Order: sequence, then structure tokens, then C-alpha cells
Amino acid sequence: MSDLAAPPAPATPLLAVRNLEVVYSDVILVLRGVSLTVPARSIVALLGANGAGKTTLLRAISGLLPIHRGRITKGRVEVDGEALGSETAPEIVKRGIAQVMEGRRLFTELTVEENLRVGGFTRATAPAREALERIYEMFPKLAERRRAISGYLSGGEQQMVAIGRALMSSPRLLLLDEPSLGLAPKIVDQVRAIVQDVYDHGTSVLLVEQNAAMALSVAHYGYVMEHGKVVRDGVTAELREDQDVRDSYLGGHVGGGARRSFREVKTYRRKKRWSA
Amino acid sequence: MTDFAQYLLAGLALGSVYSLICLAFVVVYRATGVVNFSQGGLVVFGAYATYQLIAWRVPFVLAVALAALVTAAVGMLIERLVLRRLVGQPVFASILITLGVLFVLEQLCTTLWGYNLRILGDPWGVRTLALAGVTIKVVDLWTIAASAAALIGFFLGFRYSRLGIAMRAAASDPEAALAHGVSPQMIQGIAWGMAGILAVVAGVFIASGSRGVDLTVSAVALRAFPAAILGGLDSTEGAVAGGLIVGLVEVMSAAYLTPNAPWLGSNVHVVIPYILMIAVMLVRPYGLFGTAEVRRA
Repeated sequence: MSDLAAPPAPATPLLAVRNLEVVYSDVILVLRGVSLTVPARSIVALLGANGAGKTTLLRAISGLLPIHRGRITKGRVEVDGEALGSETAPEIVKRGIAQVMEGRRLFTELTVEENLRVGGFTRATAPAREALERIYEMFPKLAERRRAISGYLSGGEQQMVAIGRALMSSPRLLLLDEPSLGLAPKIVDQVRAIVQDVYDHGTSVLLVEQNAAMALSVAHYGYVMEHGKVVRDGVTAELREDQDVRDSYLGGHVGGGARRSFREVKTYRRKKRWSA
Repeated sequence: MTDFAQYLLAGLALGSVYSLICLAFVVVYRATGVVNFSQGGLVVFGAYATYQLIAWRVPFVLAVALAALVTAAVGMLIERLVLRRLVGQPVFASILITLGVLFVLEQLCTTLWGYNLRILGDPWGVRTLALAGVTIKVVDLWTIAASAAALIGFFLGFRYSRLGIAMRAAASDPEAALAHGVSPQMIQGIAWGMAGILAVVAGVFIASGSRGVDLTVSAVALRAFPAAILGGLDSTEGAVAGGLIVGLVEVMSAAYLTPNAPWLGSNVHVVIPYILMIAVMLVRPYGLFGTAEVRRA
């Protein structure tokens, strides 16, 4: 799929992050001057190991920093060239940005349809109903299982619900945090197809992934983050050929690979829980 | 047998009032994680507000509706002015604060209405009707019917309305709900407003008939507390079941236990709900219908 090229970018990008610095609890510096753009009509991949600051960047965009005691101390996030100020998460949803959080975060005791309806909470009844019909067209599987309790679905189906729920606000930009995490390889392929499908339906995607091979196979442009900074960026065809990226994220080098050990993943999660 | 039927009805009536109060406990608990000890204050305030409106010659149904509106506003005000400032503090602090709010509300009521018992002025009074040899208090029938209607209304709302689904979503995962535009502050305000509305319906039926309004109306909410725990603090179904069970047990133990076992004392029916609560919690610590944190991923 190396022939995927980004369409010519219009002058103002859909999303621009400029020199962003984010601090948690006033002491922990997590983002140290990150800049990134998502042009309209594009898929942008954001790669990086655990703890690089990818999720924090998404939180800064979607307005979820305050509930994690995080704060933007420098730089800014622009939507359509307009800087976000003190917008709350609901206001950002209304600006056309929706997020699928890591771990899917379904309302597990609610049904599939109820989950989807929450995604359309910021909209009036009629557009929300139309959006629901569109989601069901896009994911016939969800229409089939609309009355099922979402917590009992399989991992892949849950990811569909999570993406469908975010699409209920008909966003122009979808922030996807680790959609392939914990899914079997076959299901990862499905997720990849869904991302492509979302893009084909006119929504741009900022795709945060551990699974670099998957992300680079679907995105037009990619960024690599390490320790709170962007260390490399480029069109995906270029990144795939880049020796460092291959070594660190594509498993091109023995003993390499994004996920070095499961223990590392676990301690990271523990740390994250404590610092949250 | 006719005695039993009478007790059954009285127990159901008391139980439905408890259910309303328990539902208020559950709604606030699910939205905020706070056990709202000021619920009794809302109940007594709502009862007094209804009394006052009736005294001003407002028709009964309208008086209840207006009192519900006012009490809902009081609830939302408490959330806005007091509890929202405590976000980020330990939940324990909020719980103690609600106790403080209870005293403030009770004081407000005595300042406005004094200590004397006021007759509510409901349309039923002490009327009774005889049905197949059973003497029935009309107000009990209305209590059961109106509480059932209120509960069904709330349940349909939770199940199907946009707001009800959003409230359940926020209880399930507040951050994910926020990410989709459901602000927790809004949900918490609405929960307190609902607690106010439920308090008025409960307060009106506690105070109607021969009972009247005074400060002790507030204490009924504390009697409903073991019912909420028994049913499971995070379960709306549990609130109703717990309320009905405790109401029935309380009336039945007053009717049958006290005369047959005088050594237990004449107020054993007040203690029984707590004993029942403790017994249930030994077996199911999260209550009859409460969830024991089952979660996948």
C-alpha cells in the first residue's frame, strides 16, 4: 500500500499542535514542545513507545487534561487555524473532534445502542438518529447486536462500538488511541480496515499506535515520539524505509520491536495508574 | 386475615415512601459517589414547602409540583455551591459536608415554620374506606399509586431518555462520558435536582393524613438508609426492592413481633431494618442488587 499519498494539504490544517508543553500535577513534565499537524482529509500516525506522551497529547487536544490534573504550560492547539483556549471536552466534541480512548472504555453495562447514543449526546435528536443509522450501515454487526450488553462483546466488536460511538458526533477528526491493543492479529487487520473506512467516509484520523506496521500501512504521514518530543516525522513510505524506525518500531532488528517485554507494559500501566 | 391485609397495605405504603427516598440516595450516589445524608433535609423542606403553598390556597397538585420545582432548585444549589467545591477532595469530606447541609436545612425549616406540627392540608386527610371488611386508609392507596407512578416515570427516563442513558454512562465511566460531551458537573447537578423532586413526593406522603409536618419528617430519610444499603447503593432496582422490604418488615414486626415478644421492647420495629441490613451485608456486602465490580478489560 505504499502508493497511498496524502492529498495536497490546504493552507490551514484541520489540527495543528504547536510547541506544546504539558505538565501533570504542576511537576511532571510530559510533553516537551511537541508540534504536529493533521491536514484535512488525511490519516496521520503517531508512533512511540509507552510513556512517550502520546496519550497526553490526545488529552491535550480533546480537553481531558484537567481531570488528570494536567495543564498546558506552553504552546497551543489549533483547530482550523483557531487556537483552543479554555474549551471543555464537550465543546471540543462540538468543534468536530472525537476521541476513542485507549482500552476502548465502553460503558460496559449499557447496551451497544446505548453506548452509541451517548456518543451523540451533544447533538439534537434528529441528527443523532440519522448518525445512528449511518453507524449501523457502516457496521452491520453492531446493528445485529444493538441490544447486547456491550461488556459481553468480543474485543474486536467492542472496538467497533468504541469507534462507532465516537463517530456519532460526525467528527471531522477522529483521535484513535491504540485501537489494536490487546486484539488478535486477524482483528487488527479488521481495525485497520475500519480506519481506512472512516477515512473514506470523510473523517480525518490521528492514529496513535504501538503497532507501527499497522499504523504505517494505513496512514499518509507519521510522527515518532520519544520522551515527550517528536523525534522524527515524514510521509509513511519514507518512515517505513527509515533504519531507526525499522529497528525500534517495526521489529527489523533482532531484539528490537516496539513492545520489548510484557513486563514493561505492565509496570508502565501501574505507573500510569499511580500518576493519574 | 383482615388485620394482615391492613398491615400489608400499610407496609407497602411505608415501603413505597422509603423506595422514593432510597432512589434519591442511589441517584446521587451513582452520579457523585457521595452518600447524601442531607436527603432528610430535602424531604422535610419539601413537605413544609408544600404545606406553605397549600396554606396560600394553591391547589394541592399544583402545590406539590411547585414545591418539587423549588426543592429541586435547592438540591441543585447545594450541589453547585457546596459539593462542587469539594471536587478532588476525599469523598469522605463530601459525605460529612452533607451531614452539615442536613443541619442547615433543618434549621432553615424551623426558622421559617417553627417547631409546631402543621397539618399539611392534603385532600385525603384521615378518610378511610371499607373493602371486603378491611378498613383502608385512602391516603395509603394514593401513596402506593403515586409512588409507583413516580418510580415508573424515573425508571423509564433512566432506561430510554437521552439524559437517563447519559447518567448511566457517566456512572459507568465518567471520563469516557466526558470525552463524548457528557459533563459530570451537569450530571451531578441533575442528580441533586432529582433527589429534590423525589424528596418532595416522599415528604408529601409522609406528612399527609393524620401525620402532619414537623422536623421529625426528616428522620424518615435516615430510616430509609438501611433500605438503600440493603438493596445496594448503586442499584436503582435495589432501591425500590430495599424500600419495600424494609417498609413491610417494619410494619409487620411492629404488628406481630411486639405483642408476641414483649421482651423485645415496644420499638423493635425501628431496629429490625438495621438488623436486616447487617444480615444481608454479611452475605452480600454490596447489597441485594448492588454490583460487585464486574468488568472486562
